[in-house]
Amino acid sequence: MDHTSQELLIEGAGCASCVGKIEKALKNVPGVDDAVMNFPLRMVTVTGAVEEAVLIKAVENAGYNATSSKGSTDDELLDEKEAADLAYYKRLIRGMTVALMLGVPLMAYSLIVGEMTVTTTTERISWLVVGLLTAGVMYFSGKHFYIGAWKSFWNHSANMDTLIALGTGAAWIYSMVVVFFPSIMPDMARHVYFEATAMIIGLINLGLALELKARGRTSLAIKRLIGLQAKTARVIRDGKEIDIPIERVLLNDHVRIRPGEKIPVDGTVVEGHTSVDESMLTGEPMPVEKKESDEMVAGTLNKTGSVVFKATRVGKDTALAQIINMVKRAQNSKPPIGRLADVISGYFVPVIMIISIVSALVWLNFGPDPAVAFALVCATTVLIIACPCALGLATPMSVMVGVGKAAEAGVLIRNGEALQTASKITAMILDKTGTITLGAPKVTSIHLVNATDEDQVLQLAASLEAGSEHPLAVSIVESAQEKELKLSKVEKFYAVAGHGVEGLVEGQSLLFGNEKFMRDKNIVIDDAINVAQQMAADAHTPMYFAVDGQLAAIIAVSDPIKEDSIEAIKRLQKNGIRVVMLTGDNRATAKAVADKVGIKEFFAEVLPEEKSNKVAELQQQGEIVGMTGDGINDAPALALANVGFAIGTGTDVAIESADITLMRGSLHGLADAIAVSKATLRNIKQNLFGAFIYNVAGVPFAAGVLYPFFGLLLSPVIAGAAMAFSSVTVVSNANRLRLFKAQEH
Amino acid sequence: MLMINILGVLLIVGIVWWFWLYKPAEVEVNSDLSELLVTVENGVYNPARLSIPSGQAVSVKFLRKEASPCAGTVVFADLSISEELPLNKEKIIELPALKPGSYSFTCQMQMYKGELIVSDKP
Repeated sequence: MDHTSQELLIEGAGCASCVGKIEKALKNVPGVDDAVMNFPLRMVTVTGAVEEAVLIKAVENAGYNATSSKGSTDDELLDEKEAADLAYYKRLIRGMTVALMLGVPLMAYSLIVGEMTVTTTTERISWLVVGLLTAGVMYFSGKHFYIGAWKSFWNHSANMDTLIALGTGAAWIYSMVVVFFPSIMPDMARHVYFEATAMIIGLINLGLALELKARGRTSLAIKRLIGLQAKTARVIRDGKEIDIPIERVLLNDHVRIRPGEKIPVDGTVVEGHTSVDESMLTGEPMPVEKKESDEMVAGTLNKTGSVVFKATRVGKDTALAQIINMVKRAQNSKPPIGRLADVISGYFVPVIMIISIVSALVWLNFGPDPAVAFALVCATTVLIIACPCALGLATPMSVMVGVGKAAEAGVLIRNGEALQTASKITAMILDKTGTITLGAPKVTSIHLVNATDEDQVLQLAASLEAGSEHPLAVSIVESAQEKELKLSKVEKFYAVAGHGVEGLVEGQSLLFGNEKFMRDKNIVIDDAINVAQQMAADAHTPMYFAVDGQLAAIIAVSDPIKEDSIEAIKRLQKNGIRVVMLTGDNRATAKAVADKVGIKEFFAEVLPEEKSNKVAELQQQGEIVGMTGDGINDAPALALANVGFAIGTGTDVAIESADITLMRGSLHGLADAIAVSKATLRNIKQNLFGAFIYNVAGVPFAAGVLYPFFGLLLSPVIAGAAMAFSSVTVVSNANRLRLFKAQEH
Repeated sequence: MLMINILGVLLIVGIVWWFWLYKPAEVEVNSDLSELLVTVENGVYNPARLSIPSGQAVSVKFLRKEASPCAGTVVFADLSISEELPLNKEKIIELPALKPGSYSFTCQMQMYKGELIVSDKP
């Protein structure tokens, strides 16, 4: 091993005295020349000729953990991939140039001069030279086809290389036989096909190069996501601020963010306040305010302030890293529609070889003179025109672009199957709370009955409810806090589940609850009951508040509907989707909300555990059901639905439970997800159809079935061009999906 | 002419046998599970058949030596695993504990083929 310098990351080194210990342990390893530790970075640089594993072991023996600092980041992997692709592209272009430099003049000669036949000795010698030049082209530009074909043959498999190698090889061998032994061929069959060999190799290299370029564009979405990652972070260690690569940020590190910088890792703000642009992840255009104890998400952009936050998720655990990982996986997964193509691909090449032999035999037995030349041309053309690639690329390329496009719109699709099913959804169940509404109830109005001061009512009610965790109670306490009302101590607090609470505040006996609770406590509410009913009809939840045995006020609480829910639901309905609302609320409130957002069907008073029954009910009616919820208590219903949609709260993605995760809260994400799935499926179908038709029509044409009727025969060179461009067409059509735009945002 | 026809038919039979009917003989069993390495080069996986024990999570290293994008992805369709392979760099793929049986791994277009043979025997 060479003398090199290696870097290790050290964990567990809490004090400066550890430095000496670690350095000593490393220096004692035979072969190590020097070991120097940078304590703030928790990194040790070792020079010498020792395997990394040995060094790690030595550090571990000294009582610390060491890891390699070599792990490649997504960014580096992407750069490497692009560099490799570029090198391969250049090689293909060189291959194409050399092959066409020979092929084009030969082809021009055959077109201008006419037949490339071998009759005289001079012709034999000149064609021999051309044949050898062609062999050179085959070696320089087509070596990879022949080696690939040979290797896979011995592996009992066959691929595109096999077809190209057989086709071009057969044409060359036939031509060389004509050159060396013209007498064994009939006069009319003494024809050479070197131009076909050179042209086909050139065109296929060109096709592969164009395909590579087009493929590069299919991964633009993931590239954009990877590009969101910051490269460095400014961490505060031992009171000093230092810039380090993000992969070296440790959990609980304090990270400083200045205006205009990208957030490097996930964390919680500990100092300062700012506003953050999260649109790149959620599609949400408005900047989000962040103050102490708010979450920061890696990849988002700090706008105005400077804050310090504590790293809570680093490296592969950040939401962004998980999103990238999920999108990558989904892009590589296949929807069921692609399976038939896979089965066909598996048998494709040997079947083409058989068709090629059969067509040669038919021409030899029944063809006109020169039968052997016809047989060769047709057999070769069949091998060359058949394109398993177009078939194989049809599905993955569209999925790649479609899933990426969805991610750009803040929609994370788990896999190809979810993508395909989402395109077929006929009914969508929406959970009310947190999906259609914001999920955060607020006090909307206070109707005074016997009381005279709203603030006083709120102050007393909030004091009573301060200990309760019920969402409605929380909304009352929050409302009082907003008004900066000072809460008093509650005594003799007692809660009757599902009905209300009572207690003593400032010496007054308070009751707070629903109509039944009031009647049970003999409070006269008859005069106010109309007001309460009106509140319920307006989608508010009315609650009665009594002081010392007398009704004081009715407080209305409601969970506001998200701004764009109505529009988004309209979009779904316009697409012919049956939209159904599901809620645990009472019928009156449920109806009021449903009416407001334009939903005709709803299930009210549904207990959380009954949600999945409602999914099953719709499925029994023959619907393909999408279920949308917040992903936490809806998990069984999400799992049972044909497609489960989790509405993300900001960027805290509920990746595990749902087929599709909407990163922003808007229901427009649903319509976007369905639209992008439909567009992708349409694209896949076009591709598959095109690839099937191409092969189904092209192969018989190449075999010469049209010759007896119309005298039409396909040239192997044209077949080569068709084959080269068929896969480019598939990839380009998939790229068309990049232009897809959701209708509304 | 008869000879040529017979030859043609024999070729077809040969193709059917070689590509579809042929069943490779026993596979070499890797005793050292930490050294499972599959090289992707010239259109094939080498070795194309891997034997691993059942009920045990195993990691397999893939080393792609071929620049063609066809070699760029390896798919274990039965296991819903699909991973990109960097060029000239080992990529570790973690396989979960599996039941005995045969699991194929391929490129995205089923042209590169390999098989994972999971058996009870060590």
